[in-house]
Amino acid sequence: MGKKSIETLVGLFVLLGMGGLVFLALKAANLGSLGGSDAYTVQARFDNIGGLKPRAPVRAAGVTVGRVKSISLDAKTFQGVVTLDIDKGYAFPKDTSAKILTAGLLGDQYIGLEPGGDDKNLVAGETIAQTQSAVVLESLIGQFLTGRGDAAAAPAAGASEASK
Amino acid sequence: MSFVNRLGAIALDQFRGWGHAAFFFLDLLRAVPASMRRFGLVVAQVYAIGNRSLIIIMASGLAVGFVLALQMYYALVTYGAAESLGLIVNLALVRELGPVVTGLLFAGRAGTSLTAEIGLMKAGEQIAAMELMAIDPKARVLAPRLIGGIVSMPILAILFSAVGIMGAYVVAVLLIGVDAGNFWSIMQTRVDVFRDVGNGLVKATVFGIICTVVALYQGFETEATPEGVAYATTRTVVISSLWVLGMDFVLTALMFSTP
Repeated sequence: MGKKSIETLVGLFVLLGMGGLVFLALKAANLGSLGGSDAYTVQARFDNIGGLKPRAPVRAAGVTVGRVKSISLDAKTFQGVVTLDIDKGYAFPKDTSAKILTAGLLGDQYIGLEPGGDDKNLVAGETIAQTQSAVVLESLIGQFLTGRGDAAAAPAAGASEASK
Repeated sequence: MSFVNRLGAIALDQFRGWGHAAFFFLDLLRAVPASMRRFGLVVAQVYAIGNRSLIIIMASGLAVGFVLALQMYYALVTYGAAESLGLIVNLALVRELGPVVTGLLFAGRAGTSLTAEIGLMKAGEQIAAMELMAIDPKARVLAPRLIGGIVSMPILAILFSAVGIMGAYVVAVLLIGVDAGNFWSIMQTRVDVFRDVGNGLVKATVFGIICTVVALYQGFETEATPEGVAYATTRTVVISSLWVLGMDFVLTALMFSTP
């Protein structure tokens, strides 16, 4: 085998490998949605962020408009501070509310934005004022159990009143 | 008592062997700059190690992709989670099966050929002749093969995973009828390019270093007889495979322990 043809074949081999890597990165992984330099940052504070993770989507009306950049704890108020990157193409009013919602019943959690009616829009660096924390399944079940206890007691008291 | 003696002797022998192999690896690393100056040698080795393994790696990747898709489908459809088929096949291939199966096949295909070649050069006294002519055999013969192995292995692992995913697509979407849009989009949201693909690449590089160094060491240290060469090729495959499986466990625990 001539030296030139060996070099060509090895070059093709390396190119094939790089092509495979590009295929894996773009088509089979999330490299396509990583670029987001044209985004502005806002903050939101929650009492409980639940299972929210960095890089979770930020959605408005179900459409992904940004990503969660980072999550930290405010040492003074003990609230969770979530930093969001929102694409520059979307502007939200100042009284937008942020909720932590779950995709499906047991899926990943994301941030849902519901726009308010303010004339002025959110600017980079501002904080979203109205937030709703994540639903913790255990507290919900606890509420349901104690709620049933109250509901069972009330008609029993009503029945005993009626029979008097 | 003699059993304990034998055990101690075997253990000491193993450690001595590992130490000797480690020094051998260091010598090879020291010889790398000299061999890079004769780049034609390195290219020829990448051809012999990488290009010649393409057929078996890609055929295995395709077969593994087909079978994974089929088996995972039957498991997932009972829970109504057939849409996640692409995601599961992707993660299984890119994180684990790509590097490990490619490592085992590489040890069998390229490792044995390296060991046999170096062993026969030793048996035919070519290594000694080179040393007599003041040519460093490590720079002329061994280091290009080391570089060839380290360069080829990650490429082969990537090709294994990529072809596997395409094979899974053919079976899942074209044959079984899973939704094509979901197949790709769930993969694209849930597979992280640095954590999953990147860590798989790191694993593949580590396995490449292991398999190539073991193959070269066994060839270099073999007895200069035909039986010696046969025994050395067997040891290459066994030792490389055990190390690949062991390091895979260690690397997985390090890389993927936190969600």
